[in-house]
Amino acid sequence: MEKEPMFSAKILKLFTDPINKGNPITVLILGICSALAVTVKLEPALVMAVSVTIVTGFASFIVSILRNTIPNRIRIIVQLVVVAALVILVDQILRAYAYDVSKQLSVFVGLIITNCIIMGRIEAFALGNKPWPSLVDGLGNGAGYGLILVIVAFFRELLGSGTVLGFQVVPESWYMKNGGFYENNGLMILPPMALIIVGLIIWIQRSFNKQLIEK
Amino acid sequence: MNRNSNTYTFLYATILVVVVAAALSVAALGLKGPQEKNIEIEKKLSILSSVGKDRGVKEAASKNDFVETAYGKYIVESFVVDGNGNRKEGDAFRIDIAEEYNKIKAVITAKEEDKQSLRAQLTLPVFVCKEDDGAVKYIIPVRGVGLWGPIWGYLSLNDDFNTIFGAVFDHKGETPGLGAEIATKAFSGQFTGKKIFDGEVLTAVKVVKGGAPKGDLHAVDAISGGTITSNSVTDMLRDCLEQYKAFFLNGKLKIEN
Repeated sequence: MEKEPMFSAKILKLFTDPINKGNPITVLILGICSALAVTVKLEPALVMAVSVTIVTGFASFIVSILRNTIPNRIRIIVQLVVVAALVILVDQILRAYAYDVSKQLSVFVGLIITNCIIMGRIEAFALGNKPWPSLVDGLGNGAGYGLILVIVAFFRELLGSGTVLGFQVVPESWYMKNGGFYENNGLMILPPMALIIVGLIIWIQRSFNKQLIEK
Repeated sequence: MNRNSNTYTFLYATILVVVVAAALSVAALGLKGPQEKNIEIEKKLSILSSVGKDRGVKEAASKNDFVETAYGKYIVESFVVDGNGNRKEGDAFRIDIAEEYNKIKAVITAKEEDKQSLRAQLTLPVFVCKEDDGAVKYIIPVRGVGLWGPIWGYLSLNDDFNTIFGAVFDHKGETPGLGAEIATKAFSGQFTGKKIFDGEVLTAVKVVKGGAPKGDLHAVDAISGGTITSNSVTDMLRDCLEQYKAFFLNGKLKIEN
């Protein structure tokens, strides 16, 4: 059997596909809950994106290595143990080295375990593929999830708090309390607005990718 | 070995769980140091910000160094008192306020004749801050129950044991934009200059829905849309200050006479 190169077009496609045409959030509509919860500010959204990417990547990788040994009857539990262990690791590391962000993310780091994307990719891909493609597939899906998170968080923070990554973008003198005409949109901070922004992204994405539109 | 046999399944599950548990234990132990340091720094920063000594922390190159230096410089003393105003043995900084809050709740719900003895069991921390000009402030922790989870904060008093010098509040998960606003300077800043005593009667400070009457020394404005959290702040201040009342009153009367 011919050995496949590390970065063949097929492998690359595994990474880029979930970012656009197979995006877990906007196309598969997976992992919505955390996308609503952690996107009030850009910084926690970025950390969440990186955390989920690492967990999906390595969970797929590890399960793929174990795939020929896992007893079929406890398959899901074994996958859960692997995912949970990784999530706890990420949580502990954030608490040690990114304390402020981990406080903002609070329970949502722990809830990465329940993120459907991770279990979905393990079941659908990692159980039937070699470790390397599984790792790339996991990372790609994490990146696709993260991209949407960052876009949503960017608009929510900009319009809801007037800042980007904590830096004031909207000039202070514009605000009504300083005699200006501008006021932050409080609705942006609440979860429903995240859902509306995700909806808008889906709309824009589908108007560019006609094949995504259901008949 | 047959991969579908019971023996294989049991063995596999056992080995997997033991391996994962061992790996996580190692990670947890290895990261314990920095994690505990973070919690300690956060607590010191809260104490400092209740006396306005957190200015410049965002610009500081190292948050930890900034906090340690400022804490060492301004917080000159800390001690423990019980609910009857007597000093006690103990390390004020290490006291678990959440545990103390449970004891405070027990005092509040207890019968009048039991209160005295229950109060004697309280271990209430007091931190003493000395300003550059020599003025002394007393800092106490407060804790209560908000709408979605615990709320807490630090209150600093002038050396008349009556006038509030500063306050800082935080919360576990109050509603963003509504109850969560208690953590902002706009809310906590209102407390500066308020008084907790009216003569010898502890009034604490009330958070009043619809706005506090102008010039009221014992009330501040509530947060629109955050009524339950606002009321929780009122309860928190009343319940916690009540336990410190004996200590404050001793100090207050000593100055006045």
